[in-house]
Amino acid sequence: MSTITYIEAITKGLREEMQRDESVFCLGEDIGEYGGAFKVTKGFIKEFGEERVVDTILAETAIVGVSIGAAIMGLRPVAEMQFADFISNGWNQLVNMGAKTHYRWGAAVPMVIRLPSGGGLHAGPFHSQNPEAWFFHVPGLKLVAPSTPYDAKGLIKSAVRDNNPVLYFEHKYLYRHVKGEVPDDDYTIPIGKAEIKRVGKDITLITYGSMVQFSLEAAENVTKLGVEVEVLDLRSLLPFDKEMILESVKKTNRAMIVHEATLTGGIGGEISACITQDAFEYLDAPVKRVASIDTPVPYSPPLEAYFMPNTEKITKALRELAEY
Amino acid sequence: MVEIAEAKKRSTNRKPKAKKTKLSRKQLTDLYYYMVLNRALDDRVTSLYKQGKFQGGAFVSRGQEATSVGSAYALEEGDVIGPMIRNSGAILVRGVPPREFLANYLGKKTGPTQGKDGNSHFGDLKRNIFAPVSMLGVLIPVCAGAALAFKMKKQPNVALTWIGDGGASIGDFHEGLNFAAVMKLPFVLILENNGYAYSTPTSKQSLVEDFVIRAQGYGIPGEIVDGNDVLAVYEVTKRAVERARKGGGATLIEAKTFRMKGHAEHDDAFYVPKKIIEYWQKRDPIINYEKYLLKEKVLSKKELTDIQSSVAKEMDEAQKFAEESPLPEAKEAAEGLYAS
Repeated sequence: MSTITYIEAITKGLREEMQRDESVFCLGEDIGEYGGAFKVTKGFIKEFGEERVVDTILAETAIVGVSIGAAIMGLRPVAEMQFADFISNGWNQLVNMGAKTHYRWGAAVPMVIRLPSGGGLHAGPFHSQNPEAWFFHVPGLKLVAPSTPYDAKGLIKSAVRDNNPVLYFEHKYLYRHVKGEVPDDDYTIPIGKAEIKRVGKDITLITYGSMVQFSLEAAENVTKLGVEVEVLDLRSLLPFDKEMILESVKKTNRAMIVHEATLTGGIGGEISACITQDAFEYLDAPVKRVASIDTPVPYSPPLEAYFMPNTEKITKALRELAEY
Repeated sequence: MVEIAEAKKRSTNRKPKAKKTKLSRKQLTDLYYYMVLNRALDDRVTSLYKQGKFQGGAFVSRGQEATSVGSAYALEEGDVIGPMIRNSGAILVRGVPPREFLANYLGKKTGPTQGKDGNSHFGDLKRNIFAPVSMLGVLIPVCAGAALAFKMKKQPNVALTWIGDGGASIGDFHEGLNFAAVMKLPFVLILENNGYAYSTPTSKQSLVEDFVIRAQGYGIPGEIVDGNDVLAVYEVTKRAVERARKGGGATLIEAKTFRMKGHAEHDDAFYVPKKIIEYWQKRDPIINYEKYLLKEKVLSKKELTDIQSSVAKEMDEAQKFAEESPLPEAKEAAEGLYAS
């Protein structure tokens, strides 16, 4: 067991998978000698050689397409998008080829795309997006978004071992802002299973990724009002743990969804619909959503702060929901 | 790199060369059989379409049989192919039986996609065939990925895919080919310049007359071939494939050919000038190859006829199999999304 950062946990998990299985390899822009824009693969080229740490041309369509082809041939590529935003260039490959291959003709596509995503670092409209909802609507893909170093390591391992295309949303703000205890041995976190990060009886707060920490802080804030919030970390966005969500909502009778991605068309809408459809009679209040406002991610610090949810905004929403 | 002027000179000879080929009588016969099978399959698809036996589009490759058959025949069993809709000849060469092909068109359970996808949109893992998607060019990076896998596993195999003059406009073409070039992957791209992308003539697709000059931009060998000459296609592909196997990297081949029908059976190709059709009719790859086989005394007239009849019989059986095969159960629509 060691206390490490979120980004170190990703590196650790990835390195262990590459050591464990020769068919795992990494590819992406600047991931070799440079170690990746955020240094996730720092030192990998020395340890695994340039054959397994493939520094690619600047071409996201090719990176995704090549990963699909190599995966169909039985390898396990882990592709890095330098920034999650750039996956838009690989969209067609992923959505039309990668996601549909097994359904159409039975070939497995065991690949991972790592997506450094999210805001809070004043990186502007093209280096701060949370594009998970773009892919949430695509049958055949799996989406995961860890919030802690422990989950980051366990989920990268599950993603690598999964026989389907998995999008691994790693949050850039969490990279060096979050530390935690991570076992040195091998463990995985099952894809599709959420976790209750805080037990409570009054409100179910469903969240993931960067918003987990803020949500836990907000939950702590409202204890002063005598409100006990249950914080449920989805960890997997597709498929998501509908069972655990419903079970918790049936216990608390109030639900709130928090995500950093923009509100309209976000994952929160689908979760809210699930709750109202399958647990309506248990609800004492309308399902509430907290998300970023519907604009591109602005650059300047006060603008970005206004754009994104934070502990204060979540606290306020929790109070409103408790008082409804 | 082959000089383009010289390559163009070679490609102007639209009749199969009478020069000595290294191919055996069996191989020469195979090439004929597969081209005839390709056309018979296409004709059967057309007739089933016209009889309303299936709902989707019907895509045939009349006039382009030599490109598909000649190139696929130059490959080994372990090589990967990424065919497009007009490469059914290549799929046949790889051993997919016509009956499975027709079953897929009819949406039957016995087709390779079990009704999940139609026409020639299927792959076959056993035979290293990657399924195309309708967005052209997608298979270029994907097949480059298969080539990367061969390189990483140190397997002496090659990945080959095709694209049309229209598909050559899409970004995947550039990204995939450049990736394969830079990484020196065992990869061959055959650009079938067949005159039209749906209704758009090549002149509206690119200002470049010979797409092969693009190879220079990627730093890889490029060759032009008469796409209606099955032996020439075989030879040029074989050269590229052997080079790739020896670590020589990627090749771009431009096959000059012509699409003798519309984009699909619903398209009567009214936009194609008659003179152009007449020009290419004289260059029918099957008829020209028959002349060659007779002239070189590889096969007799009777042997050619025997092959045609046996193909016709094979196609009757294939149709019977496809028509008698069951449709999938409706609930199977919900199955097979994820690999376990």
